Amino acid sequence: MKIHEYQAKTILTHYGVPVPRGEVVRTVEEAEAAARAIGGSVVVKAQIHAGGRGKGGGIKLAKNAAEATEAARRMLGMRLVTHQTGPEGRVVQRLLIEEALPIERELYLGIVLDRARGRPVFMASAAGGVEIEEVAARNPELVLKEHIQPGLGLLPFQARKLAYGMGIPAGSVSAAVSAMIALAGAYEGVDASLAEINPFIVTRDGKVYALDAKLNLDDSALFRHKNLLEMRDLQEEDPLEVEASRFNLNYIKLDGNVGCMVNGAGLAMATMDIIQHAGGSPANFLDVGGGATAEQIANAFRILVSDRNVKAVLINIFGGILRCDTLATGVVAAAKELKLQAPVVVRMEGTNVEVGRQILTESGLNFTVAEGMRDAAEKVVRLAQ
Amino acid sequence: MSILVDKHTRLLVQGFTGREATFHAQQCIAYGTNIVGGVVPGKGGFRHLDLPVFNAMVEAVGSTGANASVIFVPPAYAADAIVEAADAGLPLVVCITEGIPALDMVRVWRFLEDHPTRLIGPNCPGIISPGKCKVGIMPGPIHRPGHVGVVSRSGTLTYEAVDQLSRRAIGQSTCIGIGGDPIVGTNFIDALKLFQADPDTGAIVLIGEIGGNAEELAAAYIRDHVTKPVISFIAGQTAPPGRRMGHAGAIISGGTGRAADKIHALKAVGVTVCASPADIGEAVESRL
Repeated sequence: MKIHEYQAKTILTHYGVPVPRGEVVRTVEEAEAAARAIGGSVVVKAQIHAGGRGKGGGIKLAKNAAEATEAARRMLGMRLVTHQTGPEGRVVQRLLIEEALPIERELYLGIVLDRARGRPVFMASAAGGVEIEEVAARNPELVLKEHIQPGLGLLPFQARKLAYGMGIPAGSVSAAVSAMIALAGAYEGVDASLAEINPFIVTRDGKVYALDAKLNLDDSALFRHKNLLEMRDLQEEDPLEVEASRFNLNYIKLDGNVGCMVNGAGLAMATMDIIQHAGGSPANFLDVGGGATAEQIANAFRILVSDRNVKAVLINIFGGILRCDTLATGVVAAAKELKLQAPVVVRMEGTNVEVGRQILTESGLNFTVAEGMRDAAEKVVRLAQ
Repeated sequence: MSILVDKHTRLLVQGFTGREATFHAQQCIAYGTNIVGGVVPGKGGFRHLDLPVFNAMVEAVGSTGANASVIFVPPAYAADAIVEAADAGLPLVVCITEGIPALDMVRVWRFLEDHPTRLIGPNCPGIISPGKCKVGIMPGPIHRPGHVGVVSRSGTLTYEAVDQLSRRAIGQSTCIGIGGDPIVGTNFIDALKLFQADPDTGAIVLIGEIGGNAEELAAAYIRDHVTKPVISFIAGQTAPPGRRMGHAGAIISGGTGRAADKIHALKAVGVTVCASPADIGEAVESRL
């Protein structure tokens, strides 16, 4: 789950990572009041779930409250397009108004999971403020790494190694060490899947702050963080994806016209791939999962055909946990209820496949049965044209 | 021959009495797997599917002489089930459960570093040595005994590949689903090592997907250590970056984990990489 910068900063503050004084606002009036309360120069930052906000005009330095008010007026309600939002952009609903700080050094801090080592790895770099991927590609020696030992957290000596390695001035090392240990604590405390502070700054008076903050939360761990669930911003998500998530379905909307319903993430991706290979374009990724009930299948079907771009549907099921009869029952129920017009190609193999095929053929509905993935993809692409 | 599971496997089912566990245990037994009992805390002393149920793994292993377990425990408790099985001394633990928090798996990984247990999964279909033993949720009848080893991060896509092989009368020595999570107990390299050493495996099918760099690491290992032909397919060539494609581990982030990079790395070391998932069977046939 993605959260906003201001929400990430609330979490970081709770764990002891210093962040600039700031306030989140939803209206121009609130923005003006916040800028006055903070006083002096402030930074006005659009809150959307995407990076690259600065280049798109979503971050403005304002010398005083009047300038901040003007910036807020321009930003609130604007459609902010960055390299991560896609051409449609995101409507700015909230702003973070923050004190402007005298920056001496811009550094990078991040924590990700090192899959090969089975532990989180803390990364730090003196080259902050730019895309860390570019730094890692061009100058990998500039990205310092320390693995976090399970149960121990980031140890003080590791944080010192990173701080000295980044060349943090002596007077700021102990503050930086505390901030790094706190960041590792936050990562573990909220079950994050990614934490990134870029830039992490040292000010002219030697203080350290998380100037920006990105925290992604592990969806699988949200069951034990009920308080964080309310940070989810549904307006940042596609409405069909929101609807799908209500039924625990993995649905991702894409640009094509072939709707796909598949069981299993790997097969769902492979189905998208083969649709493209056959000259078509997938309208979505949809993994109905292993333990899907007939009701879930019906909801999945309803959601995928409610995408107006969908001209034909491919159902590709290889029954393992999911039994083909369960799938067929759900599809038939949904197709009847929706009085479905779009042609449906069904490819089905595995557990209880005979019963599943029987349910489909006896339904009286117009399903095209395909033999194998290639046949299914070619048939559905033809029908979608 | 085969790897990891065969006629000598004596299997316990953790979370035995649950709906899915019951269904799949029945399927495994029907396939010929020797299930010797199950564990469900609080249900010790009962019988289920005419087999004994125990409260704890250590007790179950002591009473039955089990040498493997399969886990169907819900995600919040599955990490504990894995370490309990390792603590009870089992050499092989297969975890089917999807949705275990990643940091739980970090702790499991650390625990397993001090134990000889091999974990397969989590979030996987399990492992099958066709004609001998099925430990997992894969449909048994699509498999056929033979000499191709299959290793995959996916479940149903593995069935697809296996089905293509069997329809061409190409049998499998063992098929392992290593799981779609970012942290899994057995990785591609572990499986490649076992298949390379297995005299009964003549070729290897490796099915990868976007996210992480396990395929790139596998490519480096193949270059240095694998002499058998390797055939591969990488799912997610059309997946958008930054989106988690169902599996917790299937995400392109920060410019890493792209299908194109994985395909490039595998091709560079002589692996046959199929452009379409429908071509896997044909590609294997051409390399035998």
